[in-house]
Amino acid sequence: MQERVIFKTRSLPYLLVAPQIIITLVFFLWPAAQALYQSFLIEDAFGLGSEFVWLENYQVLFADSYYKDSFIRTIFFSLAVAITSMSFALILAGFADRVIKGALVYRTFLIWPYAVAPGLIGAMWVFMFDPTIGIFTYLLHFVGFDLNYKLDGDHAMALVILAAAWKQIAYNFLFFLAGMQAIPRSLIEAAAIDGASPLRRFWTIIFPLLSPTTFFLLVINTVYAFFDTFGIVHTITSGGPAQATEILVYKVFNDGFIGLDLGGSAAQSVILMFVVILLTVLQFRYVERRVQY
Amino acid sequence: MVENRPLLRLVTHLVLILGIVIIAIPIWLMLVAASHDGLRMLQVPTPLLLGGRFWENFVEALFGTGLEGTATAPVWLMLVNSLIMALSIAVGKIAISLLSAFAIVYFRFPFRMLCFWMIFVTLMLPVEVRIIPTFEVVANLGMLNSYAGLSIPLIASATATFLFRQVFMTVPGELVESARIDGAGPMRFFLDFLIPLSRTNIAALFVILFIYGWNQYLWPLIITTDQDKYTIVMSIKQMLEVAEQTPQWNVIMMTALLGMLPPVFVVVVMQKLFVKGLVESEK
Repeated sequence: MQERVIFKTRSLPYLLVAPQIIITLVFFLWPAAQALYQSFLIEDAFGLGSEFVWLENYQVLFADSYYKDSFIRTIFFSLAVAITSMSFALILAGFADRVIKGALVYRTFLIWPYAVAPGLIGAMWVFMFDPTIGIFTYLLHFVGFDLNYKLDGDHAMALVILAAAWKQIAYNFLFFLAGMQAIPRSLIEAAAIDGASPLRRFWTIIFPLLSPTTFFLLVINTVYAFFDTFGIVHTITSGGPAQATEILVYKVFNDGFIGLDLGGSAAQSVILMFVVILLTVLQFRYVERRVQY
Repeated sequence: MVENRPLLRLVTHLVLILGIVIIAIPIWLMLVAASHDGLRMLQVPTPLLLGGRFWENFVEALFGTGLEGTATAPVWLMLVNSLIMALSIAVGKIAISLLSAFAIVYFRFPFRMLCFWMIFVTLMLPVEVRIIPTFEVVANLGMLNSYAGLSIPLIASATATFLFRQVFMTVPGELVESARIDGAGPMRFFLDFLIPLSRTNIAALFVILFIYGWNQYLWPLIITTDQDKYTIVMSIKQMLEVAEQTPQWNVIMMTALLGMLPPVFVVVVMQKLFVKGLVESEK
């Protein structure tokens, strides 16, 4: 870091950082430490006392097939969301990159889903795919497909993936488009003069040069699918039917608030923290960022 | 583009329009549902074209007592709650991040790096992974069912702090020197130079944070039990549950529509700032 001109007031900087640091300590670090501590405890059934049990909660968790299933399900869910949403966004961005007239209009109509709350997306999906009145259920019935996400776990999973991917298209689209527009025009023109077709140019020039963006988006989409889809799952399926859509974040909530298994839920929280740390490190280590440290 | 291919140009526009249509289908169906009466929405197939009851549903959803058989507050109150929450989160995050970025860039003090890393760590602690202990802290502080409880625990922000740190680091040192020679103290410099200089960054971040705050789901869900503090986004689940018994899809969809309107409006109207904020904050 270069030498900076600084002020020499002694106490002022502490006052300036105080609000941020107090909130961080009280609502972030202290609860995180609590979660860590609670994950070593088992409370008795009445919540009156608790026993320090070291890693027993974790052992129970790792031996629990429900937890293992939920982990695998979450990984499948995030990959499915990332791939669905990113491929759709890539196609749209690839075409939008060619547009000169009306580019802004297209962009406007493609980015608004970013602003729709996950909870409300859930409501939209429930309405469209409702087993009795949903319009898509009705249309699918005509082609001989009986959709009932309230009974069939696979249907429920597909629906949740679609809803989560739909919201993320806008974000992916903007970043893909920005990435494409950063590619020097001269490269593409040179290839065109050599007779490469637009499709060939896309696969041999544009797509490889986009790989940093693609990797960045893959990490961001995974984080999104892991942590920001609670509202979608909660409104559409509540984790059901029969845990078919119970992703990890939902399980922490369900075991802790509904099942009141505080130790087990805390242990799950700690494992999730490790997942976030891993993803954040991945993002900072391998993704080019404008922030320097 | 590089070459002139009329057919490809046609395909390009067709694909983009198709994309827009696919993305817009849910919203169209919502609009349709919000413009019919409740009974019509129970007859399969449900309509695909707008009906004539949009205004009546609007009034009923906004000022009525919500659905029959629910304990939710009227929609206008939930909209007000959402607005208060979103604005407090956005303003709060920006204010405390500006202050801490200023301290970190323009002062050298013991524990400076510790502060920096403490703020950094919040990136790795989304509310979803520490809900129960955070809930306990808020409960112990007596902040359940209050606007303070809805917003303050969410306003620490590593992203915003780093963003402002970057902005401040581009401000030339000569500016600080000359301000100092003219007799400006640190706070004067902060208010009269740094804040005006980061105006567009503040505005761009505000757009992103407003959407973030408005769309919060899990947090309001667990810390509000008093229906006067419900936000619009979290209450939709209750409405859907009631819909199992007495479905009133017209009112539910109208409510959902009202709930998504403010953030969508912000994105569309302030598109330039929105894109800037999104790309700069990169989460």
